[in-house]
Amino acid sequence: MLVGWPVLIAVLVPFFHNPKTRGILAYVGACGVMALTATMLVLWLRNGATAVELYAETEVIDHLMLAGELFLMCLIIWQSIRHKKYPVILLSVAQTAVLIWSEFTHPVAAAPHISIDSMTMLMFLIVGFVGGLICIYAVGYMKAYHHHHTEYTDRTGFFFSMLFLFLGAMMGLVASENLVWMYFFWEITSVISFLLIGYTRTEEAVNNSFRALWMNLLGGLGFAVAIAVAAATIGSVQLDDVVVEKAVIPVALLALAGLTKSAQLPFSSWLLGAMVAPTPSSALLHSATMVKAGVYLLIRLSPAMAGNMTGMMVSLIGGFTFIAASMMAIAQNDGKKVLAFSTVSNLGLIVACAGIGAEETIWAAILLTIFHSVSKSMLFQAVGSIENSLGSRDIEDMHGLLLRLPRLTYIMGIGIAGMYLAPFGMLISKWVALRAFVDAGNILLVLFLAYGSATTMLYWTKWLCKLVSLHHTKVKVQDVTRQDQYLSMYIHAACMLLLCLFFPFLATTVVDPIIMEIFGTSHMVLSMSVLTTMAVMLMSVLFVPSLMFLLTRSTHRHYVPIYMGGINEGDNTYFTNSYGEPEHLYLSNWYLRFDFGMRRLMRPSVAAASGVLIVMLCLIIGGAV
Amino acid sequence: MMRVLSVLLFLVLAPLVGALLDGIDRIISARMQGRQGPPLLQPFYDLAKLFSKQMVAVNSVQMLLNLSYLFFLAVAGAMLFAGADILMCLFILSTADMFLVMAASSDSSPFATLGAGREMIQMMAYEPLTLLMAVGFYLATGSFHVGDIIQMPHSAVLAMPGFLVGFFFITAIKLRKSPFDLSTSHHAHQEMVKGITTEMSGPTLGIMTVAEYYEMILMLGIVALFFLDAHWWSWIIAIVACLVIFFLEILWDNVSARVKWEQMLGSCWGVTLLTGGLNALILMLIR
Repeated sequence: MLVGWPVLIAVLVPFFHNPKTRGILAYVGACGVMALTATMLVLWLRNGATAVELYAETEVIDHLMLAGELFLMCLIIWQSIRHKKYPVILLSVAQTAVLIWSEFTHPVAAAPHISIDSMTMLMFLIVGFVGGLICIYAVGYMKAYHHHHTEYTDRTGFFFSMLFLFLGAMMGLVASENLVWMYFFWEITSVISFLLIGYTRTEEAVNNSFRALWMNLLGGLGFAVAIAVAAATIGSVQLDDVVVEKAVIPVALLALAGLTKSAQLPFSSWLLGAMVAPTPSSALLHSATMVKAGVYLLIRLSPAMAGNMTGMMVSLIGGFTFIAASMMAIAQNDGKKVLAFSTVSNLGLIVACAGIGAEETIWAAILLTIFHSVSKSMLFQAVGSIENSLGSRDIEDMHGLLLRLPRLTYIMGIGIAGMYLAPFGMLISKWVALRAFVDAGNILLVLFLAYGSATTMLYWTKWLCKLVSLHHTKVKVQDVTRQDQYLSMYIHAACMLLLCLFFPFLATTVVDPIIMEIFGTSHMVLSMSVLTTMAVMLMSVLFVPSLMFLLTRSTHRHYVPIYMGGINEGDNTYFTNSYGEPEHLYLSNWYLRFDFGMRRLMRPSVAAASGVLIVMLCLIIGGAV
Repeated sequence: MMRVLSVLLFLVLAPLVGALLDGIDRIISARMQGRQGPPLLQPFYDLAKLFSKQMVAVNSVQMLLNLSYLFFLAVAGAMLFAGADILMCLFILSTADMFLVMAASSDSSPFATLGAGREMIQMMAYEPLTLLMAVGFYLATGSFHVGDIIQMPHSAVLAMPGFLVGFFFITAIKLRKSPFDLSTSHHAHQEMVKGITTEMSGPTLGIMTVAEYYEMILMLGIVALFFLDAHWWSWIIAIVACLVIFFLEILWDNVSARVKWEQMLGSCWGVTLLTGGLNALILMLIR
């Protein structure tokens, strides 16, 4: 049902050419997704919140899926020939062939295809609500987008259709217990992200979309081979069986698929290239769907990765990605690029946690996933709206945004604070992760985390400072953000604050049951008193500045102009230069480009990460065979 | 009861002790430079004067951001002296610093913004060591809690001498001592006016100064944490060690010139890796 509804909307949307009716349909679709998710949650809770398993006999659906896979393959082949990117065809044909061969030669016993437990439910909520809100946001955004960019053909109907299809596929992916089903949805998300990235049909967009496609297809190939190997060796294609049996090769190959999807080094470039697409699709790829699919799979696999080579590979790659991406983020001045690098970096941390596979790290990984989804989606929407209003998403142009677009700036501020400040959620998870890394005795990860937090702090702080600087300019900015966009962002902001405030509640009622299901046991990762202290601290971070504001508001001040070196012309914006002419003040941020630039760091990090990945994969597979 | 007392003592005494230490610092520095120097209580006179001045401000938010800076530094210090989690204390410390950086960049003044940028680089330079140091305490004593760390049979420093060296290195940044006084300096002659404090004056600057005293005591408190154990005489050793470290910082301040940010970042990260990283690795191996 949850899969079906978004797909239905996706099929319907392209038939409505009138923007107004299409908008209403998108609202209906998004609200429907949220309502269905909520109903699902209530029903599931009523049933005692236990794992539900469905669809044991599914002859017909299996055949339909096979047809679907063949269709996807044909679609990829057609697109590849059209854009003359032939190597992609090989990847696509190879994996479909492997899968079909496996299905005919190694039949497996029928088993439930769908399983709904707390982890799935959590992902449902993230996909349903964050994804649904992004769709609502997109209605307003796309109007403004095509108003600005008249050079691109308006394919909004197609765009919405893809958004909803994506949500449907994502729901199916997290609910699947059978790997073949999961693989089918996995391929759909790969192909849709390819189509979304190529939305504008510029040369850059097409190139980036193909990069995303081949990287994800490589992961997909790993997935297909993993299924074949699992069917041949342990005679089952159930995710649970693979995890319980700790089948080495399937787990390693599935982990590879997870790494490509969650854009870890050396596969990060596809996510960075995805920035060419309109903002809602970036928000969707970064927060609710796509990358979270990779993370979801890795968290599922984590018990099978605890303490072995595969786990070491995954956690090393994740930790390395965390620090490398956060360093490269420092040198970026494009707002969306910074967000992209920060996504890659945060996912790195989650992946590192999943690779360690201990209770504490999974606890941290799940919390990081929740917080990251909400705040990243909010940040992307805010940057998208700022871009529509300012006509630029350069951080340099956001100087003094607090005075120009106050509402959007507050939203950005909450998002940024949520990403790194003590004592917001992300930081607590980082704290637990640090302790778990120490307990796991992994000094490299501890070092990565220590240095990575420092670099993370720099790029967020300088952005925040740029926003809050009270700089009066004469250029007027009109806020063109529509009401539906604000609605979505306000709900996100409220969610973020509530999640932080009710952090202890979140930890005990949502995360602990998931840990319970994955590991069978669960103990307090952080004591309740610590959690409560944290909530109190959070209140103080929010209320102290406001209290200080009230206290200092009444004090009498004598305002003076700032010191500018040259004579201040009186408005804090112009100063008299040595020719006696007024000169406009321009303040730039620090980017440390020569030290942390992408040009300097990207190649070595990709080389190092690929080296580690290839060597360790060879060792794992060689060791198992 | 002891905890409440200790926190209260910290909140009341820290600014006084800080100012006193500042006075000693100024005298010792002056003697090193062959000058007479100001009287011991000069920092108190300075503070009194700052607070008696008229409220002159460049904008309406700087004062409240500075007050928040003071508040969070006091909270971070109080957490240390209450025997709470040291990692949380260090996180709050960097949150406090963030408010100072925001206060400085809120005025959009060229020199203050430059100072704020350099302050951020400084934060990035010292942060890895502070996190690793918390890990070091955990490895050496099995707990992140200050209350547990000071109840150990042996001083933590025996297991983590490398961290002490590294901490000495980054304390120069926190105390705004040369060679790492990039964002603002106690000395008047410099290329960017007063850096991060350029646009602060009167009571606003006074609050910032008091906050820096809290920070100084917090840093010295962490130094003491290296030496404290269950024995009563460890307290004497700890106080002596604090004074020695403080003197060494003054000496270093007077014999070195300010470096560029690349050198600061490189040397801090390098020293962190060599002292903290190596020490943590050894502790993990022998654990």
